[in-house]
Amino acid sequence: MTNKFISVEGIARRYPKPGGGKTTIFEDLWFSMNKGEFSCIIGHSGCGKTTVLNNLAGLELPEDGVAVVDGQAIEGPSLDRAVIFQSHALLPWRSVLGNVAYAVSSRWRDWSREQVNAHAMKFIEKVGLKGSEHKKPAELSGGMKQRVGIARALSIEPKILLMDEPFSALDALTRGALQEEVRRILLETGQTAFMITHDVDEAIFLADRIVLMTNGPEAMIAEIVENPLPRDRRRIDIHKSADYYPVRNHLMDFLVSRSKTFKDEIPAGYDKRHPPVVRPCAEPPSTPGETRRKVA
Amino acid sequence: MLASLNARAALLSLVIFFGFLLAWHIGVQGTKAVADMDPEYARLMGVTATQGKSAMPGPLDVGAQIWKHLNEPFYDRGPNDKGIGIQLAYSLGRVLLGYFLAVMLALPLGFLIGMSPLMSRAFDPFIQVMKPISPLAWMPLALYTIKDSNISAIFVIFICSVWPMLINTAFGVSAVRKEWLNVARTLEVPPLRKAFTIILPAAAPTIVTGMRISIGIAWLVIVAAEMLVGGTGIGYFVWNEWNNLSITNVIVAILVIGLMGMILDQTLAAVGRKLTYPE
Repeated sequence: MTNKFISVEGIARRYPKPGGGKTTIFEDLWFSMNKGEFSCIIGHSGCGKTTVLNNLAGLELPEDGVAVVDGQAIEGPSLDRAVIFQSHALLPWRSVLGNVAYAVSSRWRDWSREQVNAHAMKFIEKVGLKGSEHKKPAELSGGMKQRVGIARALSIEPKILLMDEPFSALDALTRGALQEEVRRILLETGQTAFMITHDVDEAIFLADRIVLMTNGPEAMIAEIVENPLPRDRRRIDIHKSADYYPVRNHLMDFLVSRSKTFKDEIPAGYDKRHPPVVRPCAEPPSTPGETRRKVA
Repeated sequence: MLASLNARAALLSLVIFFGFLLAWHIGVQGTKAVADMDPEYARLMGVTATQGKSAMPGPLDVGAQIWKHLNEPFYDRGPNDKGIGIQLAYSLGRVLLGYFLAVMLALPLGFLIGMSPLMSRAFDPFIQVMKPISPLAWMPLALYTIKDSNISAIFVIFICSVWPMLINTAFGVSAVRKEWLNVARTLEVPPLRKAFTIILPAAAPTIVTGMRISIGIAWLVIVAAEMLVGGTGIGYFVWNEWNNLSITNVIVAILVIGLMGMILDQTLAAVGRKLTYPE
């Protein structure tokens, strides 16, 4: 029904309540992503972000609705959709190379060991871990572990990269450096990516589009924010862009208040199937037809 | 003192060891010879009464006996007089065979129980009832059905070593981190490959701990089992020397049992260290 690369169509998640009945975390959730685009989803804990990601990964199937990737409904986990886990989820008994090679040999089962290792090394180099390939995960710092997780996910050349707060366990400096590298690598490879985050600045720096989710239970997608910042942005001067504070304020405003109140004051013309797309920026938007929120 | 902790510990161990030997030696000195006793009566009473020698052998007697056994560990002069090496080999053979059979059953079954909540619940009552049964309680039943004392002893070893391995394997397998399993799922790893490349290495330290507990129990049980079934083995040796009233040999056997148990335990401990992964 849609020609988008990834399309989430009317998915739902409900938990059984202790006294019988069910609590709806979210239902009838719709949104889509384009090929080569980086989307973030932002929302408070308990709104079901991780469930959305697990649905896309195929680790959990939605109770209603369907998630479609490249014209195919998701029926389970697939090598087409790589996941970077929050806790890095490296196999501690394997070396860095062993961890990446495990993924590579799962993808291309008929490859020789040399082929697998050469391919794995290419991605280990890409994340800057050359020289540490024989170390065990326990010998690596948190940032390096997450780099291995990124190399492992990229090495299987997936259609989409799914990330569950991949940087949240890292210290601020490491996080910044890694964000920069991830953005560079993803731009280079034209990788489609979907990421959960709590961090507004991370979303602004990385994402092309930011999906805003209201608080659960009965969470909904309030709107989809198009990032007005230029594609070639750098962390060090991103805040000097005229559009930076408008979009940042818009997101903060949402997280602080509108994520709570949205449910009670649903704007006229709100359509669950097509959540409004907004582009908060300093000057009036050039493209007609886009809604623009006033930014104080 | 700047010596390392290990060196100081070793020194202290030696002090304790020689202190113990000395105390033992002094403790078994006995009383002075009894002066006036009818020679006929004295012959009946033996050296304990006549010369006041202690009934307990001293460390020097035991040392001499060990030396004798070390010089000739594998002699065989009929069913009641075999070298301690032969007896030890019999026991070790039984333990390893029974233990090996237990491994063959406990590991696959533990895997099954660990991976399937249904199997886990279905098997749980049986395991709970079977586990606390003293392995020797099986002995009459084994002798009655198997009609072979040697195989019965192996069966007893099997039945006592199976439970810790089964329980630990099931626990280790069921406790594999969900995120590792999710890695396997997102990589579309087929079940058998998943079992060998994710679950087995992840559960290996727990499984080996179970195997270590089992070998310890098996070695404890074999001595008692061989006292019951008789014929050969270190347990039989102990009982036979008790009947011979050779306390020296009993003490030697106790030492040998302890050393062998330690070797078995340390072997599995070393395997465990190899398979443990730091996180």
